[in-house]
Amino acid sequence: MDEALRLDANWIDYLLVALYFGFVLGIGLAARRQVSTSLDFFLSGRSLPAWVTGLAFVSANLGAVEIVGMSANGANYGIATMHYFWVGAVPAMLFLAIVMMPFYYGSKVRSVPEFMRRRFGTGAHLVNAISFAVAQLLIAGINLFLLATVVEVMLGWSLIVSLVVAALVVLTYTALGGLSAAIYNEVLQFFVIVAALLPLTLVGLHKVGGWDGLTAAVSDSPGGAEQLSSWPGTALTGFDSPVLSVIGIVLGLGFVLSFGYWTTNFVEVQRAMAADSMASAQSTPVIGAFPKMFVPFIVVIPGMIAGVLVTEIATEKAAGGEPAYNDSILYLIRDLLPNGMLGVAIAGLLASFMAGMAANISAFNTVFSYDLWQQYVKKDEPDEYYTKVGRWATVGATVIAIGTAGIASQYSNIMDYLQTLFGFFNAPLFATFILGMFWKRMTATAGWVGLVAGTASAIGVYVLSGDVLGVIGLSGQGAAFVAAGVAFAVDIVVSVAVSLMTRPREYAELTGLVWSETPRETFRDVDAEALPWFRQPTKLAGIALVMVIGLNLLFL
Amino acid sequence: MSDKKTARAARAFDVRTFIAALIGLYGVILLLTGIFGTSDADLAKADGLNVNLWTGLGLLAFAIAFQAWAMLRPVRVPPRKDPEQ
Repeated sequence: MDEALRLDANWIDYLLVALYFGFVLGIGLAARRQVSTSLDFFLSGRSLPAWVTGLAFVSANLGAVEIVGMSANGANYGIATMHYFWVGAVPAMLFLAIVMMPFYYGSKVRSVPEFMRRRFGTGAHLVNAISFAVAQLLIAGINLFLLATVVEVMLGWSLIVSLVVAALVVLTYTALGGLSAAIYNEVLQFFVIVAALLPLTLVGLHKVGGWDGLTAAVSDSPGGAEQLSSWPGTALTGFDSPVLSVIGIVLGLGFVLSFGYWTTNFVEVQRAMAADSMASAQSTPVIGAFPKMFVPFIVVIPGMIAGVLVTEIATEKAAGGEPAYNDSILYLIRDLLPNGMLGVAIAGLLASFMAGMAANISAFNTVFSYDLWQQYVKKDEPDEYYTKVGRWATVGATVIAIGTAGIASQYSNIMDYLQTLFGFFNAPLFATFILGMFWKRMTATAGWVGLVAGTASAIGVYVLSGDVLGVIGLSGQGAAFVAAGVAFAVDIVVSVAVSLMTRPREYAELTGLVWSETPRETFRDVDAEALPWFRQPTKLAGIALVMVIGLNLLFL
Repeated sequence: MSDKKTARAARAFDVRTFIAALIGLYGVILLLTGIFGTSDADLAKADGLNVNLWTGLGLLAFAIAFQAWAMLRPVRVPPRKDPEQ
């Protein structure tokens, strides 16, 4: 990033950005009045309607990595990037809603690690809670760093000032209003992000000559017409064979990686746990799936437009070089938007990055307070005590995030590696959860041994791959898909083997935690059956599934 | 417990009003900028399209529809069983 990206913001743009910050803090203050117990602070008192938690579910994931990364992929690979949404997200979200949410919401656990503890005891719980907490601190730092970089580049504030100001805003509203403030702000952020990116996309399409103009320009560009179809996506996976590429996308991205991320990541599941009923909790990911399907149209398409329209990127791409794809969306904003709309676009980007960081921090403080502090440090304190711990954990997490953001600014490669590594915790986690939920024989020892073996094997494959040592001829996304697949398989095999050698728990203790030991009544929401059909999670999920298959066929 | 719940519901604020207000303000500001503050250079940037004007109109329409939804269907917490049972 350089001076060429400095945007000509004037007082109208600053006014629009300031208005946005005013509203963010206002929501924090309003949400504070609703906090009276620790459950209010950490899980919004389980009282939010499904459309609110559903939009927050999408927004929590619509952070810096998503907007900057996916528009960069769009500029680089074209339509194949859609896989991250239509194959790599929506099916897993629907699976979470229908299959896993009944266990999470029905068992009344307050976090994903807590489910782990109830099912497998403290061994697996400690592994899960600590790795999750550490990962959240690092990822919050990365989000904060990207946020501050954008402020620095676009508005010319120094990196340190941008870091501290951004961190203070996030801290103020999450510490005041807890999860409610974070969730309500995520809903607001969702609309501001759309208000910024939808006009940008439409103006870009207008400038490039409509959809036909875009397809013609992309066909003439170095990527060629191949970038206009989503399958087989060989450029994306790095596999030479189209068949292997399709298998890699469906099993690696679509199954192991995305199911691991969406079904066990507490940042996401927490939003559903805050819902007001079983039906709302199940509806949360389903309602989120609808916007999620259309997000790529305002993220990937602008990236593709930037790939042919922005001089810095298009000429470099034509010359066969490595353009700064990560700056695609910033360049497009600079080239297309007048003052006024420019302010909305800046507010939208800031909103997106803050949503990501606040989601990390609110998930961290819950796991820290309930799963680590209450479980292992100070057990039987009054409820207000844990709310206070949560507030201080928020302060601590923000300070640490400023530190990790500092590390990220110095050693960007290390952060990339770490983020990839944390991605590997998810695939074995999913294997352990799904086996534990449906196989009562699985033992506590198998819980933590399977997790450790699975994670270790993923790291092993990754270290052997082309990105690090180069022993296996795979790199980039392909290596990540294979590593996750191996981790999943190793976790299942090790868990089954260890279970057969160790003593299972009394089956009577597994009520609510294992499918066969739970009366169907627990999972049934009587209220849901009285709802109109379009508010019933299973039927909505069916519609979402049909729509996402349709979208896949449309861009075949 | 149920008394406490109703008391809380009464104080519940509606995030829809916040959203409608912010997006509505954005709409008004963009609309005014589009009408009074658009230079030829701005128009040339987007091939003759008055971006602020059209976005402003769009945001305003959205804000009005959202506020209408909030007013037609106000927040109500239906009486229900204690969730801890």
